[in-house]
Amino acid sequence: MTTHQFKPDLPPPVATVGVYAWLRANLFSSVPNTLLTLVALYLIWLIVPPLLSWAIFQATWLGDSREQCTPSGACWLFIEQRFGQFMYGYYPPELRWRVDLTVLLAVVGAAPLFVARFTHKLRYGIAFLVLYPILAYCLLSGGMLGLEHVPTTQWGGLMLNLILATVGIAGALPLGILLALGRRSKLPAVRVVCVTFIEFWRGVPLITVLFMASVMLPLFLPEGMSFDKMLRALIGIILFESAYVAEVVRGGMQAIPKGQYEAAAAMALGYWRSMFLVVLPQALKLVIPGLVNTFIALFKDTSLVYIVGLFELLNSVKQASADPKWLGMATEGYVFAALVFWIFCFGMSRYSMHLERKLDTGHKR
Amino acid sequence: MKMLKSTLAVLTTAAVFGASGFAQAGATLDAVNKKGFVQCGVSDGLPGFSVPDASGKIVGIDADVCRAVAAAVFGDASKVKFSQLNAKERFTALQSGEIDVLSRNTTWTSSRDAGMGLIFAGVTYYDGQGFLASKKLGVKSAKELDGATICIQAGTTTELNVSDYFRANGLKYTPITFETSDESAKSLESGRCDVLTSDKSQLFAQRSKLANPGDYEVLPETISKEPLGPVVRKGDDEWLNIVKWSLFAMLDAEEAGVTSKNVEDMAKNSTNPDVRRMLGTDGEFGKDLQLRKDWIVQIVKQVGNYGEMFERNLGAGTTLKITRGQNALWNQGGLQYAPPVR
Repeated sequence: MTTHQFKPDLPPPVATVGVYAWLRANLFSSVPNTLLTLVALYLIWLIVPPLLSWAIFQATWLGDSREQCTPSGACWLFIEQRFGQFMYGYYPPELRWRVDLTVLLAVVGAAPLFVARFTHKLRYGIAFLVLYPILAYCLLSGGMLGLEHVPTTQWGGLMLNLILATVGIAGALPLGILLALGRRSKLPAVRVVCVTFIEFWRGVPLITVLFMASVMLPLFLPEGMSFDKMLRALIGIILFESAYVAEVVRGGMQAIPKGQYEAAAAMALGYWRSMFLVVLPQALKLVIPGLVNTFIALFKDTSLVYIVGLFELLNSVKQASADPKWLGMATEGYVFAALVFWIFCFGMSRYSMHLERKLDTGHKR
Repeated sequence: MKMLKSTLAVLTTAAVFGASGFAQAGATLDAVNKKGFVQCGVSDGLPGFSVPDASGKIVGIDADVCRAVAAAVFGDASKVKFSQLNAKERFTALQSGEIDVLSRNTTWTSSRDAGMGLIFAGVTYYDGQGFLASKKLGVKSAKELDGATICIQAGTTTELNVSDYFRANGLKYTPITFETSDESAKSLESGRCDVLTSDKSQLFAQRSKLANPGDYEVLPETISKEPLGPVVRKGDDEWLNIVKWSLFAMLDAEEAGVTSKNVEDMAKNSTNPDVRRMLGTDGEFGKDLQLRKDWIVQIVKQVGNYGEMFERNLGAGTTLKITRGQNALWNQGGLQYAPPVR
């Protein structure tokens, strides 16, 4: 008796596997697609080689004066020379370790919150949120514990963007959640106040808020009394952003089925407990993309404080390129600023994607 | 933005009419003495006038005028703190008392002198709008610019001046407006426009941005008057005098040949009665201004005379390479003329 021998499987046709198939399926599947591919390739050919040649191959990397730069390439010497100013503004160079230490403390302090096995996350998190800002303020501003005082007029560069963004986020999130709760409240007075607040701040551009805070406010205060320009901008940013956060959070709360509210009520939870234990945890998880979107926008908006004469990254770049020794280096400066902003915003968006996956409990459709 | 500006101007003026009455004679000097430094408003970055160098120190003639005031008041030019202000907030900062003197390439005009509760203390730099043209164009005068395409930086007075000038001379032109000076410099270089117009002091800065600065030249015509100088609050004549005479002192020193190198020697050994009076060897001319006897010695020693200040920040040794022109002393064909110290 002979057993039937199957012939070995033939390999799939050449046209359906490998690079060739992929190219065919994705880039050359039809006449319009082929045309688009060719146009795109041509555009890449037009743009990328000159860009690389300007930014890398013909660029000047080493040296210390403008004369050493080749005219055909980028002059990164300008960035190297002014790097400290772009990062710290006019913070005295010998005291910049204090800024570094503040950042280091934030990283080290927040690290346990990201370790899965660490158990006292809530208690630790609250303690960190209360203690860290105080410590950070002492370190940055000084004037106590033998640290030399550095007025906020000397703060600048990327450091200022980060301060405005983080404090702005930390201030706007709780305020925004309260406003969202208020807007959905059954008490008419609370609701009217919250709606008015949100609609007012959403209705004015941030640039106007900053402008009013810095240029008009001093005129209404008695002569000689002036309070910190950075603080004024910061308060403006927090109020402005909290209105946006409130609307994002409200969107999330409206997506929670009514059954959840009723279930919370059935378990005899009061208003605050039903909100904080049942509704908000679900609502906030839903609106992570919206919140991160708001925060990325806020981070980029911090560069608007240039209008009130604060020297954040973009304004430092602009100002440094007015130095007679480095005239004409504005392009390099702006490219550098764009790159820094992109790195931070991209980082934030990747982290939000990670957070969404981690908190996903299977409602994804 | 434009509407915002005009609304602001109205509100500012209104607010100032209220506030200016409070300024009392001597109040600023007392306050300055008490806090121990002069708070000076400068620009947020203008080549040669006030711009931070790599170490964050503000350099330029506007900043040096403030250093001279500090040297006159305290005998120490380093006792000055700078507020970097943009064009919109500069007057508010002065009116609200945030700064003691505004030295920020601000043009002296009648409306600013009369309507805003401010007063100009003198002229640091005689500026005016001009044209930067490629040498290839073969144009020797702005009058030959009929039909030219002109790069203009957005800013109403610049545009207005050009339109006035061309209409007055019966010439035609095509304007292209840009937001920043970098854009307009690039357009001139790429040939999108034939000439570029701006204040002359800025044209030199623009020229040094170009790949081949030698191929471009500033045309001789000046089509507008822009005298730039320090500003103080109205109503405090004592402080006005101190700022005014700090500037005059630098001009007088240049005229008398007193420089930062020879000032101490001159103070001791000069036989010229003018110099002896000026440097406090004879007489007590500082006292009437509420200043010390050797105030001019300190200004010249620490900041330099006007010519030194000009050369250091704007002159041939810098990338700007601005010639003295109208800013030469009166006895050398310029406009800079200071009353005598006596």
